[in-house]
Formats: sequence, structure tokens, C-alpha cells
Amino acid sequence: MSTDAVDNSKRRMLVAATSVIGAVGAGFVAVPFVKSWNPSARALAAGAPVLADISKLEEGQMITVEWRGKPVYILKRTDDNLKVLNSEVDMLADVNSDMSKQPEYCKNPARAYEEYTKISVMEGVCTHLGCAPKYVPDLNNPFAGSLGSDWKGGFFCPCHGSVYDLSGRVYKSMPAPTNLPIPPHVFKSDTVILIGQDGSNA
Amino acid sequence: MEQKTNGFMGWIDARFPATETWEKHLAKYYTPKNFNFWYFFGSLAFMVLVIQILSGVFLTMFYKPDTALAFQSVEMGIMRDVEWGWLIRYFHSTGASAFFIVIYLHMFRALLYGSYKKPRELIWIFGMLIFLALMAEGFMGYLLPWGQMSFWGAQVIINLVSAIPFVGEDLGIWVRGDFVIGDATLNRFFSLHVAAIPLILVALIFVHIVALHAVGSNNPDGVEIKKNKDENGVPKDGIPFHPYYSVKDIVGVIVFLIFFSIVVFFMPEMFGYFIEHANFEPANPLKTPEHIAPVWYFTPYYSVLRAVPSIAGSAFPGVIAMGASIVVLFFLPWLDRNPVKSIRYRAGWYKILLALFVVAFVILGILGTLSPTDGRTLLAQICTVYYFAFFLLMPIYTKFEKNKPVPERVTMK
Amino acid sequence: MKKTITILLFATIAIMNMGTVLASSGGYPLAAANVNVDDKESLQRGAKVFSEYCLSCHSAKFVRFNRVATDLDMTEGEVMENLNHLGVKFGSTMTAVMTDEYAKEAFGAVPPDLSLVARSRGVDWLYTYLVSFYKDSTKTTGHNNAIFKDVGMPNIFWKQEGVKEAVYEEHDGVKTLTGLKVVEKGTMSPEEFDTMVRDLVAFLSYIGEPNQSYRKSLGIYVLIFLFIFFGVAYAMKKDYWKDVH
Repeated sequence: MSTDAVDNSKRRMLVAATSVIGAVGAGFVAVPFVKSWNPSARALAAGAPVLADISKLEEGQMITVEWRGKPVYILKRTDDNLKVLNSEVDMLADVNSDMSKQPEYCKNPARAYEEYTKISVMEGVCTHLGCAPKYVPDLNNPFAGSLGSDWKGGFFCPCHGSVYDLSGRVYKSMPAPTNLPIPPHVFKSDTVILIGQDGSNA
Repeated sequence: MEQKTNGFMGWIDARFPATETWEKHLAKYYTPKNFNFWYFFGSLAFMVLVIQILSGVFLTMFYKPDTALAFQSVEMGIMRDVEWGWLIRYFHSTGASAFFIVIYLHMFRALLYGSYKKPRELIWIFGMLIFLALMAEGFMGYLLPWGQMSFWGAQVIINLVSAIPFVGEDLGIWVRGDFVIGDATLNRFFSLHVAAIPLILVALIFVHIVALHAVGSNNPDGVEIKKNKDENGVPKDGIPFHPYYSVKDIVGVIVFLIFFSIVVFFMPEMFGYFIEHANFEPANPLKTPEHIAPVWYFTPYYSVLRAVPSIAGSAFPGVIAMGASIVVLFFLPWLDRNPVKSIRYRAGWYKILLALFVVAFVILGILGTLSPTDGRTLLAQICTVYYFAFFLLMPIYTKFEKNKPVPERVTMK
Repeated sequence: MKKTITILLFATIAIMNMGTVLASSGGYPLAAANVNVDDKESLQRGAKVFSEYCLSCHSAKFVRFNRVATDLDMTEGEVMENLNHLGVKFGSTMTAVMTDEYAKEAFGAVPPDLSLVARSRGVDWLYTYLVSFYKDSTKTTGHNNAIFKDVGMPNIFWKQEGVKEAVYEEHDGVKTLTGLKVVEKGTMSPEEFDTMVRDLVAFLSYIGEPNQSYRKSLGIYVLIFLFIFFGVAYAMKKDYWKDVH
């Protein structure tokens, strides 16, 4: 065995090349294993958009539908409710929903489609720690006790007391940092909403 | 312990023998320089082990050990719904067969060059235990997809247990945990397949390598390189494992991966040998498939089982013969009385005997995949007799062998 | 000797606790299906035949409609309208129109799920099976099959294919079925019918393993990568082993 006459630079180059190709190969091999953790076709099928029928929804009423394992609130607001939305803006933490999650077409005070201002669709998931906020339309509600006598309606999270208005906008100095998220949704007709899919020509 | 390093490695070495282990087992582990093709299969077996553990861990994330869900969780969940699940499963199913191919060739290498002989008897015995554990692992893993072959293959093998006189019937029920192969069987096989046996396998591989590194590797000349050392105590015919054999084994691993990928991507069923066709039908305890054959790696022993006639209606003799065909291998270091290790320096007729043994083993393997006919059974009987004669007559015939002179130093043929 | 072998044979069967029967076609030659799962148009036609003729009784419960749409270049509308007769969700799987209870009453058994039939039987078997029905008045269905004796499935394509009769050859008193001949023409020409069956078998092959085309095309890249890796690693090995004499 002799170590003279060894071209060290060539050897270093070959070791580097093999290492790099080996590392690239290991990276390729990692892809299927990492991606196998993505939602499966079954989970995707279960999380497919859901249709909600709102033909029987009265003003001031709210229904809950399930989409991707989360409660989605569909609330039909009254004309009075809509007026309130613009009156108490200085009490809200994120009035224009700049910090919050919603489709572009819902970035307005009503957080709804222009054509269907009364209908609010939002995820019933408190942005603090994920509890489901309660719908508290007026002071006759059991949760309204701590909300003060000038309560105009909104949502109250029983876990840590976060308060939202009727557009799901969070009040100032609350544990919850941002407004309730709004899922992508589209009106298939005046009474049918598809939740989980953006409207392409809405 | 004398401290040879300083800085970061010094800190580590004062607490953990990192540098010492590296040098003892890689950088200053002196390996014969004349290894040939047959010496790739040790590192390849390790490679396959890594493939099986990695793919197995991920399959376990998606598999459901429940007779009502198992087939669907494999054929729909893993093969269709999980992203890339099909590839992970093909890695695992191909890896299972690859494991046996590699291990069989690794064992044949030991036969060729007498690697089981003194002072390596324990390496051979640990290796045989690894082989046994691997067969258990393969057998239990094959039940998990809950296809027709999974069910009926397990049925046949567990019925062998029932053939044991007096206690067999109860033992069979105990193994199944039921009167038929069912949920209880599937769950215990799952647990053994993913937890118990892999742990045993890894422990056995550890002691296999510890024993190997204690005595040093054999080589194609069967010469002990430790007998010829230079003034520094380094064997004259030895080269450090790292870098010489690490770079060589990388090449071996890549060539292996080429063959492995050809199977995984172009013929994952391998014409029904790696994944049997009938296993694409869910297990049905009321309907036997038209043709039952164990997976190919068990077929030689299955042939031995079928070749032995039953006595008084009991299949027990066949079961004994099948068990003996594996147990006899454990005694190989003491059956072979020829002090010469390598086939290169043994008698010409021994080479023929060994070649015939390989032929007999392969024929038994092929016959095990086919349904028996009169002619095939006779052939299986001839091969079975030869199989046992090869080993059991070894103490006699190896005494009469006329060896060629063994060189002092290894050769670079 | 012959006696012992016979006993041995039976003993072996006893050990296995089951009989083994030779090749599933019973000696009748299988015709090559020659299907191409990369031919999307053929698969689309096959999917339509499948949903019209097979899905009424058989299910393919591992196959999702949305996956078929993606793989076969079909729109959601096309799939929902042409293939999904039960009107289940787009992401749902192919269930049979007929319920299991009804099928049991009608056929005595639930027709097998077809998700994996191409992998358990093979495409050649499927093709041969579908074109090997012949008239047999002794059967309640009025026909039999050359490679699946006394099959319980009705000959669904008899209108298109026409009526066939079995041709027998006799050797040493043993009558064997050697072929089939058309005795009554169907609504389709033999070529049209053959194309339809091959399209159907192609679709069955596709649902047996939906990613089979992708698997093969990916395999080419993997092999190219490994060959490059081999070249470099081999050069490295060569360089190191120059030291060893």
C-alpha cells in the first residue's frame, strides 16, 4: 500500500461530487415520506365544500354547518344590525380586518358579499385558542351578563371572554387578537351557499 | 483511557468513546484487501434493513390492524388515498424480497469461503438467528395486508403447529387467539411485526457485527490476515475499512438500488412472486384460492415439508423435516471437518457437491411455488434427501478431502 | 411406488388442508388483451362502458370519481353526468347501483368488487373472459363461459356481441372446448365489439392501479439519477483503490 502519487485535489473533488449527489438523492427520497403526511384523498373528500340551504333562515337567526370539522356560522342580520356595524368602530381592534383572515370579497364592514350584505358566513373558531364563540343577539341571552347594558349584539367566547361584533370583528383589549376568520364561500343561488370554495364570477 | 483528541471531540471523547469507536470499527478496522463480489451483501443487508425500517414506520402510520379495515387501509388508503403511499408500500414489499435475496447470497458467501469456521462459529450462529428472526418477520408481515394469500398462507403455516402431537391443537388455538385466523391473530402479528421482532433483529445484528469485529473478517482465500502483521501491528494484507470499503460499498449500494428501483417502478409484483395475485382479493375464510403457494423465500422449506410422507395420517414428520432443514444449518461449523476455509483450496469434488446443493435448493424453491404432481413430489424428495445428505454426511466426506496448498498471504485474483 | 406417491399426494393435500387446482383458465388459451393505459380516450370510453354495464351490479369501492376525472382528463361535469349514476359526491367512491341484499337474492352472491380485479386476475384473463360467453341452455342464465365454467354472471353484452356457440373437439373420448363461433349476429360489428371490450379492460387495468403510468415514467428519472450517481461513486472508488496493491 502506498500513499504517494495520490492526486488529492481530484480525490477531494470526487468525494465532494459523490456527497452532493448523495445528498440530492436523499432529498428526493425524503419527498414521498414528507408528503405522505398531507391530507389523504379521503380527508380531502371529507373536507370538500359543503352546501348550506338558507331558505328558512330568518333575520336575526343563525345556523351552524360543519366544514372541515369546524363550525361555520351563517348569520342573517337585520337592518338595525347592519347600522350598528358602522357606529361603534372605535371599540374594535381590527376595524378594517387588515390583520384578519377573509376572502378579498368580504373585506368590508359587513364582512360579506355586497349583494348579500345581510348574510355573514364565518368560522366559529375563536382566534384566541380555538373555542366556539356563542351568538349573543341581545341581553336576553344567558351569556349577556358581563357585556354591559348597551350591548348591541355579537359573539362572546365563553373560554376567555373574547367579544366580537355581528361581523365577527373582535373588540379591543380582548384575549383574541384578530377577527373571526371567514371561509371561502359562494352563493349558488339566493338561498344556497357553497362553503369551502371561492366564487369565480361572484 | 488515553486522551488523544482535544477541543470539541476531546470533550465528547472524555464522556463517550466516539473517536475510539470510529477508529476501532471503521478508520482502523483492518479488513482483508482481497474482498470480491460476494462481500457486498453484508452492507447491502444493512441497506435493506434501513429501507424496511423507514418504509415500515411510515406504513404503520396509515395501516389499520383490524380484519374489517386492514385490506382497505392497504389497497385504498395506502395505495390510493395517501400521497405517495403506493411508493412507500412498494419499497416495503420489494424490500422484503430483497432482504431474503441479499441474505441468501450473504449465507452462500459463508459457504463458499468457510466463513462459519473457527474462530467465527458465533458469527454464523448469530447470523442464523437473524435469518430465523427475518423469516418470522416476513411471515407475520405477510398476514397484514389481509388478502387471500395473507390469510391462507398463514392458515397453512399455523396448521403446521397443529400437527404437533398431543399439544398441537391447543397450541394452534393459542397462536391464533381464536378458532380461525381473525382479529386477534392479526393484531398480535402486527405487534410482533412492527415492534418485537425488529427489536430482536437489531439486537442480533449488533452482536453479529460485534463478534465479526472482534475476530476480523474472513476473505476469499480463507487466510487469517492477523497472522501477518507489520511492525505497527497492522495486518500486512489489511486495509482500513474506511475509506476503502466504505467507498466500495457505496458503489455496491448504488448498483443494488438500480435493481431495486427496476422492481419498484417497473415490476412491483414481480410476476406474482413479490406480491401474489391472489393477495389483491380480500381474505375470505370460506373460499380457498385456486392455487396456494407461500412467498418465494419460504418455498424451499415448504417443498421439504411436502416431500416427506405423512405417517399414520399425521403431517408431523414433514414439519420435523422442515424444521430440521433449518436447524441443521446451525451445526454447520461442526459438521465441516475440513480445516481449509476457502473453496479455492478445497477438493474439486467438493465444489461439485456444493454446486449440486445450490441446484437442489433452487429446485426445491421452484417446486414449492407449484402444485404437486407425482413427478414433482419425487423430484422434491430427491432434492430433500440430497439437502440433508450434503450436511449430515459432511463430517465423513470432509475428512477424505485432498486440499490444495493454502497460501501464506491473500491473493488478488 | 405409485401407491405411496398417491398416498403422499393426498397427505400433502391433507397437510395443506385444501386442494390446489391448476391454472385458472382450465386449459382454454387466454387471448392477449393488448390494452394501453396511457390512451386516455380509450380509458374514457372504457369508463363509460364500465359505469353503464358494470356499475349496476358491481362496485369499485376503492375508486374515487374525482381521481378518475383528474387522471382521465375529464371535467367534474362530465364525470358527474356520464359516470356517476347514483349522484354521489364528486370525491366519493364508485358504489354499485344494486344493493348487496338485492344482489344476494338475484344472483345468490354479491358480485365482486372490481377495484382490483385487473391485478388479481390479469388483463388477459379479463379480456378472454368477457369475449368467451357461449350459449348453454342447461344454465339458468342461458349461457356459460369458456374460462369460467358455470359462471353466475349474465352475459351482459349478448345484444352487442351476438350469440356464440361452443366448438368441441374429441380425442380418445374426451370432449374439450376448443373455440367459439358466432351463430347469430349482434348489433355491433366484431371490430366495434372488440374495441369496446378492450376499452373496458383498459379502464379496469387503470383502476387496478391508477398511478401505474406515473410510476413507470418516474422510474425512468430515478434510474437516470442512479446511473449518474454510480458513475461518480465508481470514479471515487477507483481513485481510492489506486492505493491498494
